[in-house]
Amino acid sequence: MDYIIKVSELSFKYDSVYVLKNISFDIKVGDYVGLVGYNGSGKSTLIKVILGLLKPYTGSIILFGKPQEKFNSWNKIGYMPQNISLLNPVFPATVEEVISLGLLSAKKFPKIISNEDKQIIDETLDYLKISDLKKQLIGNLSGGQQQKVFLARALITKPELLILDEPSNALDSTSREQFYSILDELNKKNKTSIILITHDIGQIGKYANKLMYLEQSILFYGSFLDFCNSDKMSKLFGPDSQHIICHQHG
Amino acid sequence: MNFITIFQYSFIQRAIITGIFVALLCSTLGLFLVLRRLSLIGDGLAHISFGGVALGLFLGVFPIYIAIPTVIIGALIILVLMDKIKIYGDAAIGIIASVGIAAGVILASISHGFNLDLLSYLFGNILAISIGEMYLSIALSIVVLLVISLFYYDLFSITFNEEYAKVAGVRVRVINTMLVVLTAITVVLSIRVVGIMLISAFIVLPPVIALQLAKGFKSAIIVSAITSVITVILGILVSFILNIPAGAMIVIANFIFLLLAIGYKKIASK
Repeated sequence: MDYIIKVSELSFKYDSVYVLKNISFDIKVGDYVGLVGYNGSGKSTLIKVILGLLKPYTGSIILFGKPQEKFNSWNKIGYMPQNISLLNPVFPATVEEVISLGLLSAKKFPKIISNEDKQIIDETLDYLKISDLKKQLIGNLSGGQQQKVFLARALITKPELLILDEPSNALDSTSREQFYSILDELNKKNKTSIILITHDIGQIGKYANKLMYLEQSILFYGSFLDFCNSDKMSKLFGPDSQHIICHQHG
Repeated sequence: MNFITIFQYSFIQRAIITGIFVALLCSTLGLFLVLRRLSLIGDGLAHISFGGVALGLFLGVFPIYIAIPTVIIGALIILVLMDKIKIYGDAAIGIIASVGIAAGVILASISHGFNLDLLSYLFGNILAISIGEMYLSIALSIVVLLVISLFYYDLFSITFNEEYAKVAGVRVRVINTMLVVLTAITVVLSIRVVGIMLISAFIVLPPVIALQLAKGFKSAIIVSAITSVITVILGILVSFILNIPAGAMIVIANFIFLLLAIGYKKIASK
């Protein structure tokens, strides 16, 4: 199977206002897609519709060869939501407990965290170099540390598709580089497909092989280089952007 | 009076055994409710139980048997109002709670004979628990605690983040329905222990104490459970010795523990 996601003629509206209109695209195994667009352009909504958190108004979504309504292999998808800042600061969960929630998608009733699972949690913490945070309360961590914990939770099932909604927001520049290089390694070594929502178009161009520009509809979907070579870049990001961004990565 | 002899009274034994089971139940379930900002659902369902108890007394049936289905139906209506009609949770709880109270008041006024009985449910009387009520409380507590432990990770997941739980394949609607049904059963069981007026405190206080001290989610459940069991036993013993209502004493014991926990947290964080 080549396609991980195949979306056809998808639209979504809140009451009578269209947020997504006539969206069609597909994502193949190993694709690394940067999803960009202004605030309110529908990026997070598109992700939520794909994940079944919102119901589409029209259109169809195929996930791993199955219609989305019948899809139940959620362990194949690692998701890191945007609203980490909405986390209840007094929620009494340790980092280890939060990451263990990522394992639920691979479990059947009754769901139990085994010693083997605990070892996998340790390995994931180690991989992201946050083993020292294991017993800390999630609410006591900095924004950047929390981002890493939620990345660990998304990675714990070794998903075939990672969906990350503005993941590098709270990271300083060093952590951001480290974060992107981890994603790059997963994509290149493990063929993990990635959809990454970001405003950081300069950074994503270094790693993503595809770029999707969304503004209610898809204004561009293709390779980053094609985007640079088209006139859409300067139309969407201003006349200097082509020189600054594309020259940097071209 | 010799302290040990207190435990030789069978009504004290029944009170303590029932109190421990109901305390474990309220404190465990309460943690999920408090963290989901549903603390007041206990209060709302208790108000509905007032209508159920009044109906039971009106019909001449053991009130708990009528209160359990009444409160479960009320809880499900609250869920429907929130999910389908999109009414805010606190407003939905308020609406159904006041309907429950109103129904109880109407039933009480049209049959003049049971007002005293109704008052005993309003304030509870754990020292008057019968053997049958004790066995019922134990059986239902074990069932509810078993369900909670079987669905522990699902409950933990939706409590932490409902949206993420959905993506992790948790059947959020089923688990939410289960949570309110379990809460409904718990509330009715607690009526005899602390009374309709004070149930909310029984559900909310031990988890809030635990939140001051816990080092993790499992640790919060354990601290909440231990606190509630200690305060129930203390409350019962003190109320017996001083001849004051047990339900109110349990709540006061919890409140003192909360002040101590807040004080400890302040000192420990310095």
